[in-house]
Amino acid sequence: MKTTMTPGIELRTSPHVVKGNSVERIMFHVVLALLPIAAFSVWQYGVSALTSLVTITLVCIGSERLFNRLSGQPSTLSDWSATITGLLLALSLPPAFPLWMGAVAGFVAIALGKALFGGIGYNVMNPALVGRAFVQAAFPVAITTWIPAFSPNRFSEFAPTTFTAPLMMPPDISVWAKQALDGFTGATPLAIWKFDNVLATPADFLSGSVTASTGETSAILILLCGMYLAARKFLDWRIPVAILGSAALTALVFQAIDPNRYPDPLFVLLSGGLMLGAVFMATDMATSPVTPKGVWIYGALIGVVTVMIRYFGGLTEGVMYAILIANALAPLIDQVTQPRVFGQVKAAKEKKA
Amino acid sequence: MSEATLQPATPSAAMIRTLGILSTICGVLIVSAYQITLEPVAANKKIALERAVFKVIPGAHSVKEFDATSAGIQPAGAIVPEGAVKFYAAYDQAGALKGIAAEGAGKGYADTVRVMYAYDPARQVITGIGVVSMRETPGIGDKITTDPAFLKNFVALDVKLAADLKALANAVKTVKHGSKQNAWEIDAISGATVTSKAVGKGINASAQKLLPLLVPHLDKLQGGK
Amino acid sequence: MAASSLNHGQKQPTNMEEFMEGIWKQNPTFVMVLGMCPTLAVTVSAMNAISMGLATTFVLVASALLVSLVRNIVPSQVRIAAYILIIATFVTVVDYAIQAISLAVYDALGAFIQLIVVNCIILGRAEAHAAKNPPTRAAINAVGMGIGFTIGLFALGSVREILGAGKLFGIALFGPDFQPWVVMVLPPGGFFVLASWLLLFNWLDSRKAAKAQTEEGRIHA
Repeated sequence: MKTTMTPGIELRTSPHVVKGNSVERIMFHVVLALLPIAAFSVWQYGVSALTSLVTITLVCIGSERLFNRLSGQPSTLSDWSATITGLLLALSLPPAFPLWMGAVAGFVAIALGKALFGGIGYNVMNPALVGRAFVQAAFPVAITTWIPAFSPNRFSEFAPTTFTAPLMMPPDISVWAKQALDGFTGATPLAIWKFDNVLATPADFLSGSVTASTGETSAILILLCGMYLAARKFLDWRIPVAILGSAALTALVFQAIDPNRYPDPLFVLLSGGLMLGAVFMATDMATSPVTPKGVWIYGALIGVVTVMIRYFGGLTEGVMYAILIANALAPLIDQVTQPRVFGQVKAAKEKKA
Repeated sequence: MSEATLQPATPSAAMIRTLGILSTICGVLIVSAYQITLEPVAANKKIALERAVFKVIPGAHSVKEFDATSAGIQPAGAIVPEGAVKFYAAYDQAGALKGIAAEGAGKGYADTVRVMYAYDPARQVITGIGVVSMRETPGIGDKITTDPAFLKNFVALDVKLAADLKALANAVKTVKHGSKQNAWEIDAISGATVTSKAVGKGINASAQKLLPLLVPHLDKLQGGK
Repeated sequence: MAASSLNHGQKQPTNMEEFMEGIWKQNPTFVMVLGMCPTLAVTVSAMNAISMGLATTFVLVASALLVSLVRNIVPSQVRIAAYILIIATFVTVVDYAIQAISLAVYDALGAFIQLIVVNCIILGRAEAHAAKNPPTRAAINAVGMGIGFTIGLFALGSVREILGAGKLFGIALFGPDFQPWVVMVLPPGGFFVLASWLLLFNWLDSRKAAKAQTEEGRIHA
């Protein structure tokens, strides 16, 4: 595990008392920061979201324990990383995602995304996104089946898809969803924009009444929680800033080219999983670059790729693949952006001399 | 490599002779395999073709293969004339022309989508489609064979020729889901637009080429038992 | 020829050992990881996998037999050309044969039937085994290799068909409500399943090795 990245060197007189940030402490605070988002989503989607969050997190923890045992290593549950993977995964999936598919996603996330590489710190890509990518490819219909937020019966009634029997196809919920909330179309703002060219307003996003994955509707809450983590130096603020900045800039360029076809930057920032991805997923320390310049390149890449996939790809949302691609490139970015060691002269200059 | 050093000079004639003999043996093997399988393969192909045509033209009893060229239409022979478009005429039990089937191909999401469509010469419409081959995503693209709303497009898809008989009066076009207005438009499946478009493009390209060649000579196909 | 002297140096393997070599110790799919192109491409169903396996086995056995028969008259300078000629011949034969047996299978396997020509298992066996052994031994070894390859393909094809379609040999296993895992019939599914099998075999292997070591240690102690 690459530990914290405290920039700069502090020069002080003795005594030098430094309380370092341990992995456990950082991870624990990330869990704390995720809790308000999870709580908000439960308030929005009711018991379906709650069961999904709990189940997927427990599956991730269970899988982590299983692989610890299989590889004969001590338990790594206390570092909270499996809990974070579970929470993030559940937050990035639709609230009524069948539990058995969620369990598959959780297991794949830990097995394929983490254990296979050797556990925490060795994984190349964000485990939660690996799990999500797998179920996106395996169950393309279920992962784009949405339920309305704030339906009146949300605390007493489960979505019909939640308790789908394992290996079975979830039932069609269009009738149930319409009855749960009048006028519900079952499409995300990104899909409505892409196929019908209708834009959701910022007010829709801020009130959380749009159709989305469990934890993707509360942009302000995500930003606040992110700010808390950044203020306490538990995450690198430059990554979300670079992602959101480059996404907004790319959107701005396209809007300037054709304002009728491309939406405004605010829509791009608020819709889909960009906020959640930028603040909580792309900032995973093991899978993002460590050099100061590299962090900016990494973030900018995610922002641009996300917008490109949304505008020109077959899918409506591209954050997941953008982050996975950037994750894979992170070691390369690190390599080409190595800062010069102090006192070392550039090779070219050396030749001249 | 010990052999090579022991006998450094293999005469060229020996090499050529060995390869020559071997080639002859292999040639005999290949040709005899071809001859033996010729009949069953042809029978298999006929059955497969009939199955595909009968699926889009229900009630058909026999199928004949034709080539349409600018010089007219003739039964398909061993030599395919240049610029020929292949089509199949289906006849019912009494030997009357039941319908015409032809193949169209369009680039889909994963690979080329090949469809067989049925053309009703009397009404100048397409009356059905069947997929010959595709590799589209299961559960999404392959809905073109199952989605009832999509298949409804092909109950009577307008492919009327323009007055000069040179091209279709209206090109067959796949439109966005829910926006079909004319009889020559195909309403795409929402979420499988690329595959739906491939079907439309394939049919359009094939019909644009085939129908101007075919329609002036339709009478030759009647009673072609 | 280096390999052959090695072979002759040790004692001749029995026919049974010859046969089992391809099935277990040198399994083309799980141990040698050869012929990956058809392994990943056509194994979307158990039927496809078995058809491909049998087609490859036929080519493998027939070409091993012929290569072994002509091994003493083909000058080594032109042997590769000769082997490829023989292999291509049998691939053409099997191509026609499949068309005659079932067009559905022929369409499902597509270009991968013709690509058997360049399957490295076949040329590899011709060069490394058939060219140095009498026809019976070559044929027995080739049958084992072919069956080993077929087992490998079937292992992938069955898992991919069960998860990807809920069926095995086209028979539905879980009823009409089964949710297909679409990814399993797509190319990534092939990689996932192959990786899982390799993982399983290597894990079993390393466990066996570890056990053997501890036992040996005990004996020496």
